[in-house]
Amino acid sequence: MSGNSPPRVPSSGRGISKFLAPYVFLTPALVLFAAFLAIPVLYALYLSVHGLRIVDEGVFGLRKEVFVGFANYADLLADGSFWAGFGRMALYGLLAVPLTLGLALLFALLLDHGGSRARRFSRAALFIPYAVPGVIASLLWGFMYLPSTSPFSYLTDKMGLGTIPFLDGNGIYPSLANIAIWGGTGFNMIIIYTSLRGIPPELYDAARIDGCSEWRLAWRIKVPLVAPALVLTGLFSLIGTLQVYGEPKMLSPMTIEISQTWVPVMHIYRDGFVRDDLPMAAAGSVIIAVGTLLLSVGLLRVTQRRTFGGFQ
Amino acid sequence: MTETNPGPSRLRPTLLPHQRAKILPTAVLLIGAVYCLIPVAWIVVASTKSRAELFSTFTFSPGSGLLDNLHDLFAYEDGRYGQWALNSLLYAGLGSLLCTLISTVAGYAFSRYEFPGRTVLFYTILGGVLLPGMLLAIPQYIIMTKVHMVGSYWSVLLPGLISPFAIYLARVYADASVPLSTIESARIDGASEYRIFGTIALPMMLPGMVTIFMLQFVGNWNNFLLPYIMLSDESKFPINLGLYTLLSKGSGEPALYGIAIIGTAVSVIPLIALLLFLQRFWRLDMISGGLKG
Repeated sequence: MSGNSPPRVPSSGRGISKFLAPYVFLTPALVLFAAFLAIPVLYALYLSVHGLRIVDEGVFGLRKEVFVGFANYADLLADGSFWAGFGRMALYGLLAVPLTLGLALLFALLLDHGGSRARRFSRAALFIPYAVPGVIASLLWGFMYLPSTSPFSYLTDKMGLGTIPFLDGNGIYPSLANIAIWGGTGFNMIIIYTSLRGIPPELYDAARIDGCSEWRLAWRIKVPLVAPALVLTGLFSLIGTLQVYGEPKMLSPMTIEISQTWVPVMHIYRDGFVRDDLPMAAAGSVIIAVGTLLLSVGLLRVTQRRTFGGFQ
Repeated sequence: MTETNPGPSRLRPTLLPHQRAKILPTAVLLIGAVYCLIPVAWIVVASTKSRAELFSTFTFSPGSGLLDNLHDLFAYEDGRYGQWALNSLLYAGLGSLLCTLISTVAGYAFSRYEFPGRTVLFYTILGGVLLPGMLLAIPQYIIMTKVHMVGSYWSVLLPGLISPFAIYLARVYADASVPLSTIESARIDGASEYRIFGTIALPMMLPGMVTIFMLQFVGNWNNFLLPYIMLSDESKFPINLGLYTLLSKGSGEPALYGIAIIGTAVSVIPLIALLLFLQRFWRLDMISGGLKG
């Protein structure tokens, strides 16, 4: 940081313009933030405590929006299918998140390891899935899973073992997790890798002189130093898991396993746009938001890092 | 590398263990590379197959139907696919360009000015990264309905223009790339605040802007939920949503599988090419916090 403080130019016009400039610069962002983030959040909170109820007892029961308190929340929290969605999401997340981060860290360390060959090629290849949108990746893998088009099932079938049940029963969990791992590893790897490149190499020399092996060097020095990057990638993976929607949605035409309420966000979509109960959907999404907040704070607490800190 | 250590401790590992140390990491990296390339290779190969070949020949042997498939794809419902591609370019390209400009200006203001409300505003905006897309999409849908914009291009384009994470990155990048002393000397020379930003700060932030643009571009191209909720007219769909509808119809009509496959291949290849090309301009170190000025 440049810490010089040059003399002030005593000009009142200049002072006002300097005072106003940041607000002018921020105006477009603040207007959009208010319109598409702040107001919608408040509106969602408002909606979530309202509901459509029949208020007119006549022949044509008129549905009006009335204040219902926490009734929507109570309904949702008592709804087994909503909780079941959380269970499926947790199972999916437990497979996808640790494997994505573990592989990203492994590949980043290998790219950083002087002994590896074909690093440029591997780096580019591992990064390619990032360019493939999540729903397109689901489509790609969906065809790799479908018995009629799957190259893997083609092979096992030719060997007389039958097709692989990628989309049946519990096979759906590893199949979906695989899509997330495939799509997420490269990007997280690059973040961890750039973080590794930022470590001054002199730090390693002393350890090497002391006879430290490459494995110990990686575990004892490199991993702790890139911990902030790991926390950040972990945080984004968790947020992504809570919001998983497009991937199971895309696979749903290919399998009977994925119901309309398979994960929480699909449940919310069903409430809001199939059943036309937007207040219920708003309550559901507030629950997801609170869950995201609690998990994020929990993760940052546990890791004791202020990843977003550093600014006064 | 410092040359303080030319002694035997450097030479010792050049024997057998050193060679072994090369094979294992290289092998693991290559396995990872193959894993990442297989689905892309498969879709490229599958897109060359005619409908009959798709379900009969070995999956990785090229077929003979590439030109027919391309013709089918672009002839599908009078060029609907081309329309989807243009829509995706509009949502992702134009949307990300505007978002990058808005975020850069905002990030610069947060980074290079002291002003009342700076901290509160910054953390309020940054808190937006935690908001689930669904939480925003529901009220956005209602608001868009009330202003009669639901189903229009605007309903997908406008909400994509604000990105808390992009503003955060722009601030990090401005911190590292625009020295306060440069701004001060420009002020002494009599340049206005806006001129300083436009002619001095903006060029300095350009590499960071490329990164923000790419992240936004991929993010917007990826966005499924918002267009799925906002749009009902198929001619306004982005590629994502178009292929999804194709596939939903395809479960009853296997002919559409072939179109979905070639459509996927055609949509993925330019994006990969763009990403590989822009990779050299990326400054992803600003995400990991290792940015050096």
